[in-house]
Amino acid sequence: MPDGLDFERPLLDLENRIAELRADADPLGRSDEIAKLEDRLARLRQRTYSTLTAWQRTQLARHPRRPRTLDYIRLLTEDFVELHGDRVFGDDKAIVGGLGRLDGESVVVIGHQKGRDTRENLARNFGMPHPEGYRKALRLMELAERFGKPILTFIDTPGAYPGVGAEERGQAGAIARNLREMAGLRTPIIAVVIGEGGSGGALAIGVGNRVLMLEYAIYSVISPEGCAAILWGDRAKAPEASELMRITAPDLLRLGVIDAIIPEPVGGAHRDWEGAAANVRAGVRDHLWQIRSKSGDELVRERYEKFRKIGAWEEESLPAGQR
Amino acid sequence: MAWFRSKKDDAGAPARKVVIAEGLWIKCESCKDIVYRAEVERSGRVCPKCRYPFRITARERIAMLADEGAFEEQDGSLQSLDPLGFKDTKRYRDRLKSAQDKTGLREAVVCGVARIGGWPTVLCVFDFDFMGGSMASVVGEKLTRAIELAVQKRLPVIIVSASGGARMQEGILSLMQMAKTSAALERLASERLPYLSVLTDPTTGGVTASFAMLGDVILAEPRALIGFAGPRVIAETIRQPLPEGFQRSEFLLEHGQVDLVVERRDLKDTVRRILAFFADRPALPV
Ligand SMILES: [Zn+2]
Repeated sequence: MPDGLDFERPLLDLENRIAELRADADPLGRSDEIAKLEDRLARLRQRTYSTLTAWQRTQLARHPRRPRTLDYIRLLTEDFVELHGDRVFGDDKAIVGGLGRLDGESVVVIGHQKGRDTRENLARNFGMPHPEGYRKALRLMELAERFGKPILTFIDTPGAYPGVGAEERGQAGAIARNLREMAGLRTPIIAVVIGEGGSGGALAIGVGNRVLMLEYAIYSVISPEGCAAILWGDRAKAPEASELMRITAPDLLRLGVIDAIIPEPVGGAHRDWEGAAANVRAGVRDHLWQIRSKSGDELVRERYEKFRKIGAWEEESLPAGQR
Repeated sequence: MAWFRSKKDDAGAPARKVVIAEGLWIKCESCKDIVYRAEVERSGRVCPKCRYPFRITARERIAMLADEGAFEEQDGSLQSLDPLGFKDTKRYRDRLKSAQDKTGLREAVVCGVARIGGWPTVLCVFDFDFMGGSMASVVGEKLTRAIELAVQKRLPVIIVSASGGARMQEGILSLMQMAKTSAALERLASERLPYLSVLTDPTTGGVTASFAMLGDVILAEPRALIGFAGPRVIAETIRQPLPEGFQRSEFLLEHGQVDLVVERRDLKDTVRRILAFFADRPALPV
């Protein structure tokens, strides 16, 4: 497999050898050998994936074969109709959104969309939205609220695009307005970090009642490369930076930033799209079920309280500690 | 400027005297000219040559905006912890300590209740000298408390920003302060209370992409750098020179992103007029 990451190679080699033995003219004669190799594979896999570093997780989160927003939409929803454009300037292909049905219920789905090859990545701007992408997302979220439909967002972006046009057309203001308006939407919002949660450009569709995160996804204030450039003037030190930054799903759960981790299939979502989608479906259904009958007031208040308590500080006259 | 060449270069030259008396002169960051310090101070720390408003501390800004003796600080004892145990070339705790020693502040924003031209308001002011005015847990918490106080007391909110954005050393917790402060402003807006955002040099990153751009009215000081991404990052991304005046206040005004560019000497009176517009009761005596 051309996309094998360094730490995946020993596993892929073993898998290939097992496959070769199986394809042998007399597979029954080799069954002992196959069983032994499969046992070794299982143990190696367990060891590899239980000790993944933050950088290895970053590589998985960015894996070119990882399922993207449109893949999840295809695997999870029925009758999806994609809607385009911000009604002001254009249609940003780095953010997709539309109307769908999830387990028989209408839901507005919005997500960042990365490409899978160079041509597609150029069209999708590598999943880095312009202001019109955020405006499209907001338009669709307001539509959802107006018609009382829940909102499901998929986060997967290196960040909002840093370019001249993006600044001219108000990148910062577009992100800011999404943060404020999402906080006030009187409809259930579930956000799922499926790959890379890159800073403000990710958060701009991430102010949910529930924020879920795939097991090997990452979510951070700055990319490991950007952090390394600031700390050591060297983007190549991104692996070291990624360890300092606390960007993995277990870290974020501990810090109170996400509500739950969605497990990935063995070896990561890119090895089994259907398995990954089934887990996402189960996670979304669970959490949507918990909040879907709440009133608009309750949803807004709970969302407010959820973000309100994130952070750590101490103050005089109150005992030091985390709130 | 020849005046600031090293003493070795200037050995024997009469200009050396200026170097010795350097406290009298300062260099303007904008036009790079050397200007007379006393003249700068007299004009509210504005360059007499190019009218660029120099960066000022939170205390100086509050003194400039609030009526005399009419600022009561809130939540001044809040202090950052080190939730990630962050250490690069220096420990985060040590960076905080030196920022505190340097500025005499606990954190990068000072919040309180003030009167401006007699109008009561909640006023929050950033101090760029404190770790580049960066936003982490404490800044987000102080701003949120200040906005909640405004809701409770039915006061307007003014935030004067000067910030490089979210603080890396508190990682994802810094990012989440963008959502937290924006949510507080949603509450303020739904209570029909006004929010005035004042952008000063520089206002970038996660601060611009949250509360700074959410003002009912957005003012900017002249020539302030205001943007989402920093100009260096953009130049590296597009591999082209940036347009003249890109991401400066006047550029944002031109592109419809801010309401008004206001010279520093006119700022207080402009703020007073805006507060008067929104107020539903007469101003308190100054
Ligand atoms: Zn000047």
